[in-house]
Amino acid sequence: MTATATATATGWEAVIGLEVHAQLLTESKMFCACSSRYAGALPNTLVCPICLGMPGVLPVMNRAAIEATILTALALGCRIPEYSKFDRKNYNYPDLMKGYQISQFDLPFSEAGSLEFPDPADPSRTRRAGITRVHLEEDTATLKHVRDATGLAYSLMDANRSGVPLMEIVGDPDLSTADEAGAYLRALRQVLRYLGVSTANMEEGAFRCDANVSLRRPGTQALGRKVEVKNMNSFRSVVRALEFEIARQAEVLDAGGRIVQETRGWVDDRGITVSQRSKEEANDYRYFPEPDLPPVLTPPAEVDRIRARLPELPAAKRQRFESEYGLGADAAETLTQSRSLATWFEEVARLSGNPRAAANWVVRDVIRLLGATGGEIESLGIGPAHLAELVRLVDDGTISVRTAPEVLEEAVATGAMPASIVQARGLGQVSDATALAAEVAAAIAANPRAVADYRNGKATALGFLVGAIMKATRGKGNPGLVNDLLRSALDG
Amino acid sequence: MVIPHDLTTLTAPEARTLLVRRAISATELTQAALDRIAQVEPAIRSFITITADQALAQAAAADAALGAGDPASTPELTGIPIALKDLFCTAGVQTTAGSRILEGFVPPYDATVVARLRKAGATFVGKANMDEFAMGSSTENSGYHLTRNPWDTARVPGGSSGGSATAVAAGEAILSLGTDTGGSIRQPAALCSVTGLKPTYGRVSRYGVVAFASSLDQVGPFSVGVEGSAMLLRAIAGHDPLDATTATTGVPDYVATIRDGIRGLRVGVPAEYFVAGMEPDVERLVRAAIDDLARLGAEIVPVRLPYSAHGLATYYIIAPAEASSNLSRYNGTRYGLAAVEEADVNRAMDLTRARGFGAEPKRRIMLGTYALSSGYYDAYYRKAQQVRTLIKADFDAAFRDVDVIASPVSPTVAFPIGARIDDPLAMYLSDVCTIPVNVAGLPGISVPCGFDGQGLPVGLQLIGRAFDEATLFRAAWAYEDATDWPRRRPPLATAATPAGES
Ligand SMILES: [Zn+2]
Repeated sequence: MTATATATATGWEAVIGLEVHAQLLTESKMFCACSSRYAGALPNTLVCPICLGMPGVLPVMNRAAIEATILTALALGCRIPEYSKFDRKNYNYPDLMKGYQISQFDLPFSEAGSLEFPDPADPSRTRRAGITRVHLEEDTATLKHVRDATGLAYSLMDANRSGVPLMEIVGDPDLSTADEAGAYLRALRQVLRYLGVSTANMEEGAFRCDANVSLRRPGTQALGRKVEVKNMNSFRSVVRALEFEIARQAEVLDAGGRIVQETRGWVDDRGITVSQRSKEEANDYRYFPEPDLPPVLTPPAEVDRIRARLPELPAAKRQRFESEYGLGADAAETLTQSRSLATWFEEVARLSGNPRAAANWVVRDVIRLLGATGGEIESLGIGPAHLAELVRLVDDGTISVRTAPEVLEEAVATGAMPASIVQARGLGQVSDATALAAEVAAAIAANPRAVADYRNGKATALGFLVGAIMKATRGKGNPGLVNDLLRSALDG
Repeated sequence: MVIPHDLTTLTAPEARTLLVRRAISATELTQAALDRIAQVEPAIRSFITITADQALAQAAAADAALGAGDPASTPELTGIPIALKDLFCTAGVQTTAGSRILEGFVPPYDATVVARLRKAGATFVGKANMDEFAMGSSTENSGYHLTRNPWDTARVPGGSSGGSATAVAAGEAILSLGTDTGGSIRQPAALCSVTGLKPTYGRVSRYGVVAFASSLDQVGPFSVGVEGSAMLLRAIAGHDPLDATTATTGVPDYVATIRDGIRGLRVGVPAEYFVAGMEPDVERLVRAAIDDLARLGAEIVPVRLPYSAHGLATYYIIAPAEASSNLSRYNGTRYGLAAVEEADVNRAMDLTRARGFGAEPKRRIMLGTYALSSGYYDAYYRKAQQVRTLIKADFDAAFRDVDVIASPVSPTVAFPIGARIDDPLAMYLSDVCTIPVNVAGLPGISVPCGFDGQGLPVGLQLIGRAFDEATLFRAAWAYEDATDWPRRRPPLATAATPAGES
């Protein structure tokens, strides 16, 4: 049962807006010189007085993080105001070192953009959702709740994550199904990865999503009371949580009830959302301008300089692959999954001079081989030069398309160049007409029935005879030449 | 110059001269300060922590430096005993900000100003008492003990940098460092008859200075004699990569121009600063000082600063708002006091704060939290920021016509201990003439201008254009040079600690 089905069946339309927090891949933290690469580090080893919130310390802005935020905002078509500032968001929690988070309230680095994503209801189309703003803040420390052997429960605090730059991408409430939310998140993740600003890895916490959900009657504009859903730790859990929440709200409304404006947490193993706090219990964050940091000015020339750093983005690259290389939409989609795969493909296309063949190889064989290692293109044992050489070996008739996959697999396994594999293993195809003519004659002699079938107009018989010849040459016969010789022998 | 019998009567430039001539040693000078501390502390109690061992070690290093080559090429503060308000983080030495919530907190880092003074060769004799988190005008809000005015130990020294002012006034240090958020340097300087300067916001780094109100706090010097403050400011001022609010404006040689005189200087006098309720002796002495400036060649011009009347109200929105946020970090989870017996972390944080903060920080946390809360922000915090802009505009307009503005520092002389402690509004009025200067981010200096009928000191405030401390030093020096106020030192009670000590 999809969310759409639920909502439509009950006569409700869901209105969904997503807030995504993405950790930025900067070398240092947002306001101090500590490393922000805390994965695998011992707890509380990447800390200093600033990110520990010691008395008297002051924040210093990380310009690289600001630039990454503006770059992301530009990729999402946002407007970049010339004047921006940081604010303090005040609340008390043991993982918040200063008792306030430095964030942005009313004058963020960007506003009013949009994101294009494939329409899950019709894969041939795309949809566009508004981006309210992209702003910058700092991450909190982490708390680990443990229980010792005696049953005593306590919490351990690790400040390595405290102060890591965190970009918040606030989406407009433009989504109406859980699947659209999933497609939106995948498209957003792809953009962040293209830009190289974040690993955008959801399971590792580098990409976090909260959702605001409300229901309304189709055709109406007024928004219902919204519920904020949190604690979704994977793309799958976002889709499941939204499906559940939409169904839950429809049920409440259908029963004549009222939706309570509240924050609900997704409980993955139970597949439900549960109430965490109501609006009345919500924090009053008492935002005010951060007095320790001057306003940030981004003049148009600075915006242009950052804009010049924008790479070709997924949507543009897909379109170009289709028009420049004559690829189908599916192939273009697959090849542009990641910027590195697209670059890899283009290098193969350039070196081999045969983009369509290169595309076919990457889409069919390379992706399959990558699937086996579960890695990125960089983890494949070969580079674009290997595949390009393979494409050329096929194109110039040195090997047959049937032999080629075997050569590719060996190249991936050993790292050897395809030409040397072909030579070492004697896989070069036979294109010598004299040598093949003998095989053709032998096949005709050995298969009188097939010859008769062919002459009686049964075209498939030719394939049988080609197969026999290829078998005899152990696949090395040049299929085109074999065909030509066979036809002329049979028809002549 | 003659070497005085009592080295603690030396001003900073005098001490520098004798040290460079090797007529005295840094160790002798520091030991004299430490002996003075031992003598007067029972009566005055300027310090929360006395760092005698550290001071003598620094003095030994200073003597080595002075003896190693040309003594004149050593940093200017080499071997000069300095007291630090106890909100400057000092690596390895407890830093409390006058609060019990930071009792036992030993920072692993130096404030930028402390690091700069170390490099400048100073010796640190101790950490001076203060109102808790710099909130107060009498040093009675210290979480530790009272500090008494050396001119009359039944009276307050002013605050919040009370200990820094008394340390210099009583000869326990030649120079000291304080902070001024609404008058916390200038008011105690006036009440103790020493010079104190609040620099332009952004002139001195706040890194490592326990924050009270971040957009108002500024670090500044105390000295007997104006020149010592100029020497000290020169050593600490300038851009700091660790404080994004410091200016990159160059630091001039304040001492080089200090004797240039004030002929033709235009001095503005704002009627609004001679407030109702001002003590007649204070008004008389301040007006006399302004007449003296005229006699020295300055041109006296009336100026109008009407929005300054709203300075106090503006300040008591902005400062508590920022303080309510700045004080959030003190919850016992990482340093200082901690209610360790409470198992639940949220309750432990609450209990720590309930125990650790005194009445004044609690009052201001509540005021600030209210002013920033949803639904009140526009009426209070935003409105206060708008008024702040108007107060600043008043000064900008005035400074198109004049070079400095002269006014009283405090409407009253030092008041008796306990007189205002139960009346926060009366206490807040102590800073009515100094607060607008912080609100506008301008420099202001307090220079002694005489004694009232009871023999209690009065201060003259000179306010300058942003980053024009040089003119303030020049005007203050010219005035001081024409008077003998700095030569008058307090008749110290060296008797046992007065009764009623907390
Ligand atoms: Zn750090």
